[in-house]
Amino acid sequence: MSEAIIREDAAALKERFGDQVLAVVAGIDCPEVTVAREAIVDICHYLQSEQGFDQMIDLCGVDMSEHPSHGDGDARLLVVYNLLSVEHNKRIRLKVAAGERDLVDSVVEVWPTANWFEREAFDMCGIIFNNHPDLRRLLTDYGFEGYPLRKDFPLTGRVEVFFDETQWRCVYRPNKVENRVLIPKVWPGVDRG
Amino acid sequence: MGIEGLLDKGFVTTTVDKAINWARAGSVWPMTFGLACCAVEFMHAGASRYDMDRFGIVPRPSPRQSDLMIVAGTLCNKMAPALRKVYDQMAEPRWVISMGSCANGGGYYHYSYPVVRGCDRIVPIDVYVPGCPPTAEALLYGFIQLQEKIKRTNTIAR
Repeated sequence: MSEAIIREDAAALKERFGDQVLAVVAGIDCPEVTVAREAIVDICHYLQSEQGFDQMIDLCGVDMSEHPSHGDGDARLLVVYNLLSVEHNKRIRLKVAAGERDLVDSVVEVWPTANWFEREAFDMCGIIFNNHPDLRRLLTDYGFEGYPLRKDFPLTGRVEVFFDETQWRCVYRPNKVENRVLIPKVWPGVDRG
Repeated sequence: MGIEGLLDKGFVTTTVDKAINWARAGSVWPMTFGLACCAVEFMHAGASRYDMDRFGIVPRPSPRQSDLMIVAGTLCNKMAPALRKVYDQMAEPRWVISMGSCANGGGYYHYSYPVVRGCDRIVPIDVYVPGCPPTAEALLYGFIQLQEKIKRTNTIAR
């Protein structure tokens, strides 16, 4: 994708929404636009109708608390929207920062596929979406406590399942597996850039 | 099957145990609990190269009509009560084969939060088939081991 096209639709977005668009960065394959939380639905409506982004490829939640660029006052969670325009063959990435108790407006009315993606982001990271028709857990067990993809959730989890002979049902007991801390091995002198 | 027979006299003798066990082992009907990738290796065992049907192993979809349950794949916390319920719905005599390393002891996902570390925490297991996935041949070996185990059971003699 040439430089001119990258800036064109992102520039149009910035011109239209002004201070709601916080940053525009050229990512690896498409522009990455950081937007304010309050304007996300309007921006998505605009991108879908005016700029032709008719498909949302992915919506995911990220816990930024251990990210190198994360500062002390920054919002902890990040919602990332990957959009595709089939007609114009272009992609764009939207990023919305949210705190743990902030509500992000749901984009279900723009792309219905966002329904389960937002349920997964809620289940895994604890991002609560406003105006979502059916915000409940998707992947974790019924009655599961905690948000697994947050950085403070241990890999091995906190509970494990056994079958109790006296109660004749599956019960949860505290986890006795030693928590595995995964430290990536980096050899000095290896250039990872 | 041991037949102490007096074939020349015109009749054969055996024990009731041996006859019952021969019947049970020769017609083990599994209900596959195919959860993940091991289910495909179970399909391979039922396909033409390693035919299960020649051992009398006919997969049945319902637990009520089967005497063997093959837990093939990773058992997650959400699935554990369903596994126990299906096991309870099977009629005696029933056996369970745990297939693959995920069903044996958590396997590849042993350290993960939603995984039951071995389906023997939920149901009692008769034969463990190791592998990731076990080859279809290994699963057939597990079936044969189970048949040997069935033939060793004492139904009447206590």
